[in-house]
Order: sequence, then structure tokens, then C-alpha cells
Amino acid sequence: MKAVFASPHAHGARPVGQVMLLVMAALVPATFNGFWHFGWPAIFLWLTTILACLLAESLALQVAGRAIRPALADGSAVLTGWLLAISLPPWAPWWIGALGGAFAIIVCKQAFGGLGQNLFNPAMAARVVLLISFPLEMTRWVAPAVFGSVHAPDFLAALDITFGAGIPDALSSATILDYVRSEVSRGVGVGQALDASFKPLASSLGSRAGSLGETGALLLAGGGIFLIATRVIGARIPIGFLLGVAVPAALAHALAPQAYLPPLAHLLTGGVTLGAFFIATDYVTSPSTPLGQWLFGLGCGLLTWIIRSWGAYPEGVAFAILLMNAATPLIDHYTRPRIFGRRRDGRSLSPQES
Amino acid sequence: MNARDPSLFVRLRRRLQRWGAHPEARKYPAADTAITAIPLPPTLTLPLAQHIGAPAQPVVRAGDRVLRGQLIAQGAGKVSAPLHAPTSGTVVGIVDVPVPHPSKLPAPALIIACDGLDEACPAEGADPFTLSPGEIAQRVADAGIVGLGGATFPSAVKLSLGRDQPIPTLILNGGECEPYLSCDDRLMQERAGQVVDGARIILRAIGGERALIGVESNKPAAIAALREAAGGHADVRVVPVPSRYPMGSEKQLIAWLTGREVPSEGRSADIGVMVHNVATAAAIHRAIRHGEPLTSRIVTVAGGTVRTPRNLEVRIGTPISALVAFCGGLTATPTRLVMGGPMMGVAVDSLEIPVIKASGGVLALGPDEVAAPDASAACIRCGACVGACPIGLLPLEIAARIRGDDLPGSAALGLKDCIGCGTCAFVCPSRIPLVQYFNHAKGELAARERDRLRQESIRELVQARAARMEREAREKAEAAARRKAEREKAKAAAARKPEEVSA
Ligand code: SF4
Ligand code: SF4
Repeated sequence: MKAVFASPHAHGARPVGQVMLLVMAALVPATFNGFWHFGWPAIFLWLTTILACLLAESLALQVAGRAIRPALADGSAVLTGWLLAISLPPWAPWWIGALGGAFAIIVCKQAFGGLGQNLFNPAMAARVVLLISFPLEMTRWVAPAVFGSVHAPDFLAALDITFGAGIPDALSSATILDYVRSEVSRGVGVGQALDASFKPLASSLGSRAGSLGETGALLLAGGGIFLIATRVIGARIPIGFLLGVAVPAALAHALAPQAYLPPLAHLLTGGVTLGAFFIATDYVTSPSTPLGQWLFGLGCGLLTWIIRSWGAYPEGVAFAILLMNAATPLIDHYTRPRIFGRRRDGRSLSPQES
Repeated sequence: MNARDPSLFVRLRRRLQRWGAHPEARKYPAADTAITAIPLPPTLTLPLAQHIGAPAQPVVRAGDRVLRGQLIAQGAGKVSAPLHAPTSGTVVGIVDVPVPHPSKLPAPALIIACDGLDEACPAEGADPFTLSPGEIAQRVADAGIVGLGGATFPSAVKLSLGRDQPIPTLILNGGECEPYLSCDDRLMQERAGQVVDGARIILRAIGGERALIGVESNKPAAIAALREAAGGHADVRVVPVPSRYPMGSEKQLIAWLTGREVPSEGRSADIGVMVHNVATAAAIHRAIRHGEPLTSRIVTVAGGTVRTPRNLEVRIGTPISALVAFCGGLTATPTRLVMGGPMMGVAVDSLEIPVIKASGGVLALGPDEVAAPDASAACIRCGACVGACPIGLLPLEIAARIRGDDLPGSAALGLKDCIGCGTCAFVCPSRIPLVQYFNHAKGELAARERDRLRQESIRELVQARAARMEREAREKAEAAARRKAEREKAKAAAARKPEEVSA
């Protein structure tokens, strides 16, 4: 038989590998900002996590008997590792990154059937599993110690932090959300607690305790806008996410300013920008219909705010995204676009209706 | 049902819609070249099925001499179209030849050896405004005109729809949204008068009120030429539409220009609209005014391996090798030969394939112009295909059902509404051959449907036969009972008679 070439004969999209590269490029500023503020240990952890993902991916593909090279070349494993790494405490021991990376790839991605098949975002699922399994290591935050400053560990000390003894007790610190929550539970008002810890501009450029890359909230937002401008991601999910956090936060804060954080503090702390622009927009685990994407984004934001305000954890982005991931097949099913020439219920339009 | 312009609301809404894609146009340098007629080739190959419907039936025999414009095969049945000799010469015979069709199956064609004289048989034009709508439709049918935009539906069949229902709006499709192609663009620039006159003839044939000529905004020269030609006619309006693929799809163009959607299970006439391609309108003009049947068309020859891409006027049946040769030949072996545009055209294997009524383009594409689909690639669920589909389908979900061999599932998601435009596959970063899946599934579903209908009709036949036999048996029994009753009545009467006598 002669080869049959089906139409279209032209093609006009970026290949998958290029999409992943652009996402990584958008992560570079926030990541370097993390390296700058948290020094060598952050770099070690980042490398370890990505390496673990690559190894796990190769291993899983080997076991499944599939070609390793093309799957690694698409860059999705590196991206998963990268996203996980920047959501970890920057001075976490190496095995946190390694375990998390392996778990993300093997359990959250390959066990579902590989690229495109997983229900949950691998990086967030791994983060949550780590948080539940190793609450101590996953909540040991450090105050930023900029490269070259007195507190910054040198290369060898950093090796000891990541691969050896861990964080010297004197250096640990609390995130803004942690701090505010514990202050509020001591009876201090939100306003006062926030004044002591939150400086909008400095905080959102990385001068605060927090995850490796999340602290550069403005840089992440910049990267996200770059991705929207280059049409790598759509705007619906990020906008929905940010609105989903900001609107209830603004309402609650207006009603009870001493009990609820103001919207700006919500948006610029924790993982909201990372989640809104980089995690919730993961193609595989978010809806593909336009209306579904709005609902998904709003849902992620709202759940984040609810968990932060009333949940057992001070931070809720990862949980919120995972919950919405689980709802994605359902959202996709109920938000199918109306087919041209048909009514919503699928019946053909009549000439009078159209 | 009146011809109305879309309301402000519709205009706003259509601006917000984001379906479609923007493939690189690549219309130049061909779009800058004037239409040029090419010399007659030694032989012409005329497939009998160049239209939708029943193949034409030859009315000439091997050895017959024919003149340009002479009927050589007549339409067979209601939906069909005749064929005419594109030049003078001798009929060689009927042979099976490769034709531009996705199935790649050979099909019968009439072969004519050209004598180079190009002698025409006498033709007589008419003033369309003295003809009745029925007469116009008949002349269009006799001229063998089919939709030249690629659909090749017999135009006269459409024209006669105007008799059954009011069709106030005629739309001429000058979208030409396929990359590379500029044959309609050149036609609109160089023969705008023919297009506008064709529009007015069609309006008369269908009893329409107004004609809208939709032209993509990337063809300003065509728009200007048409506007000038339409100047004196209040019933013809030229409307620029955005350049976006597939704006030239009938449903999309209607929706843009009128704000109305063709019902999924209906046709455009149901909402008072009829669409013809601009080249079809020009052909109708020539058929009516000059009595010329359809024997030539304009073809864009382009692609990275063509030395001088240009627009040619070509007799139907010319081998594409002659077109390529006229364009200076090829600079390299093409990676793929395509008849039609790159989005919906058909890949062909050889340069000996003839130009048919549907062929708007001959593309000899180089390696960097051709998509390399990857059937094993994973869908990353990016949703690009969903945003691009002009019909509002979920190509990724449909493809997933087809990959999982769940054809009823794919049909339930609206596969039947897919117009095969290929926008989804064009924008897919995983390069999944979505349209190939859809075509396969549509074919398979159609086969199953045919099978089901056959089974059903067999069952009906069997049931009808059983019912007939039962009825016959009953009638026989009734007849027997009647006869018996009559006999007994006669007997009884006979037995009574003597009593009467005795009484
Ligand atoms: S080929 Fe079908 S599914 Fe794909 S974009 Fe066109 S209409 Fe939609
Ligand atoms: S465009 Fe391709 S990869 Fe993206 S969702 Fe559609 S089929 Fe999947």
C-alpha cells in the first residue's frame, strides 16, 4: 500500500519540548532569586530534585519497556522536578528532594500511564505527601541569607546542611503565614502581626522565609505574564485563581480586619503566584474547556483562601490545586462547549432558533 | 425570513470568538502573478466523477472527433454533472487512471488526444434577465458547473433549492483562507465583473434579495476590484472578513456575515442563505452570458520546490506535470505533492494526475513545509485543539475515544459535526494526526450505519414476506370458507325449494 498522508499537510504549533523550555525559562528569574536569597543549599536541593526526577523517569520507562530518549527529551520530567524543588523549604535535606522527585514521577505520573494521563499535578502531589510524611523537615524555614552575607553558609557548610547535619537551630525562622497564624492564635490582631512581618515589595521579591522559589512572588507573576503573552498558557486559570483568592479575602478583611488577612498579603505570600501561573495551569491536570478553566481557577483560589483561613495548615495552595485536579474530569464533562448548529442539550438548532 | 444584517450584539460576540488558527499565509510570490493560460498538452484525462453524486456517463466512443465545449459525458441522475471536451481532438477511450482522491483508488476517465486546433462548437449566450429561474438552473446544469471551491457539489442542484423555499441572502465565498492559494484572489482582481455578474445571475435564479461577497481582509486588491465592479448594483455588497482559518468554511462564513448558525441537521437554505464560491459565480456568468460550459479553471502552482510559483488558467484534464513544467519545473524532489490547499488538500503520488474541476492548487512542498504527524505521541491535554475548533468540538476527547476503539463514544461527542478543517491538528503541539483519526472513524461509522440499514431492510423484507404469506394463507382460508358457506347456502336453498313447491 502507498503511504497515506492525511491532511492537514501544514503544522503550526510549538512542539511539546519547546513549550516545556519556555515554562522553564519563565521560572528562571524566581529560581535565581531563590538561589540568591538562600544560597548553596538551595542550589543543591534544586539539582538533587531534578536529578531524582530524571532518574525516576528513566527507570519507569525502562520498566515499562518504552523508549527513554524521546520521553526525557520532552523536558516534562525536568519541569516536574523544577516545580517541586522551588516549592520545598530551601534548606531541606537532599533526601526530601530525592524522595519527592521519585514519588512525583513514579507514583503520580508514570503509574497513571505517563505524560498526559495523570490526574494530579505530580509536583503538588509530591509536595503534599512530603508535608504529611515529614512535617518537621517540610516546615523548617530559614530567613534569607543572601550570598556573601554573614549568615550565608559557604560551599562546605552548605554541603553539610543539604547532605549532612541539617539546619543549625539558630537559623530557622517562620513564614509570614505561619507567623501570622501563631500570632493570631496568641490573641494578636492580624494587622499587628502583619505589620511586623509583611513588607509588600520586599517580601514579594524574596526577602522572607519561605519555599525556595515561591518567595519571589512578583518574579513568578512576571514569568507567568510572559507565558500568557507567548500563548504557552491561557489567562483564564491564573486570573480565576487570583480572583478566587482576592475577592473572598477582600470581603472577609473588610468585615473583620483583625481576623482575616488583606487580599494583597494573600496574593503575595505563600505559593499563590507559583500555583496560579505555573501549577494550576498544568495542561494535563486542568480542564480543557474555556468555561471549565474559569471554574477551575476560581475553585483553586477559593479553596486556597478557605484552607488558609480556616484549615489546619497555614498554607493551602497545594491542597486546593489537588482537590480541583480531582474535580477536573467532572468539570470537563459538564462544561463542554455548545456545538455549532446545536443547542446546549445536543439537539440540532431549528431554523427559527439559529 | 428577511435578509438582515447582524445586530450589534452579534457583531460584538463574533469579535470575542477565538476559534480558528493563523497559518502562515505563504501566498506570495504566486499571488502577485497574473493569471496565465498554459499551452494545450498532447492529451487530456477527464475522470467521469469530478463532482459529488453519480459519475457522468460517456456519450462518445473511442475514435470520435470532438470539439471544444462538446458534451462528452452526461449527468446521471438528479445529483450529477456532465463533462465537456476542453479542446478539440479525438477520443482515445475510457481507462482507469489515478485521480486526486484520498482513497488513492483509480477511477475511469475519458482520454482525449488534442489536435492543437482548439476548434470550438458553436455556443450561444443569453441575457439572464430574460430567462426564468428554472431556465438559468437548467443552463448551469448543462454547463457542468460544480462548486469550484473544492466541494464540487453540482451548482444547479443548489440553484433549484430556491424554488422550494425563500432564500433571500446569497453569499459568495471569496475567503480563500487556505495558505498558498491565490487563484480566487487573482480571479476577483482580474475578473471582478464576471464575479459580480455571476452573483446577480444566481440572485435571479434563487429569487434572492441581496448578495454578500465575503473576502478575507488580506486581499485588499480583490476587495477594491469587486467594490468597483459592484458599484452600480445596490443588491451586491462586498464585505471584508477577518483573515483566519477556516473563515472560508461555509458555516463559518455564514455565521460571520449573518450572525446565524446553520442547524447541525439542516442546510444553509433552511436559514435563507446560499453560498457559492466566487469562481463558481464567474463560471455561471460565462455559462449563461456566453454559453460556455466549464472546461477550464484557475490553479495556483506553489510550494517551496516550485521554481516560479504562479497562477495558471488550465484546461480540465491537463496533467499537473504540464503545470509544473510551465512554472519552470522543480528545484528539488518535493517531500509531498498536494492537490488543493495544505489544510484540506489531498496528497498525491505522481505528477501525471490530471487537474479536475476541484483542483484549486498544486503544491510541491519541501521538507520544511510539511507536517510530520506522530501517531504515537501522547496528548498533553493542552486544550489548544478545543480553542481552535470552529465547531466547538473537543478534538482531544473525540480522538481519545477513537484511540480506545469507542466509536459510539466519539459520535456522541459530535464527530458527525466535524467539518474536517484540520485546524485542531494544525495547532496540536504533540502533532497527533487528529483528522486522520476522525476520517477513519467517520468512515467506519458510516459503514456500520450502512450495515445496520441493510440488516434492517433485510429484516423488513423477511417480515414483509412472512406477513404476505400469512395474509395469503388467511385469504385462501377465507375464500375456502366463503365457498363452503355458499355451497351450503345453495344446498339449503335447494332443500327448501321443494317445500315451497309443496306449499
Ligand atoms: S477538523 Fe473537526 S474537530 Fe478538528 S478543528 Fe476542524 S471541525 Fe474541529
Ligand atoms: S492540541 Fe493535541 S496535545 Fe493539545 S489537547 Fe489537543 S490533542 Fe491534546
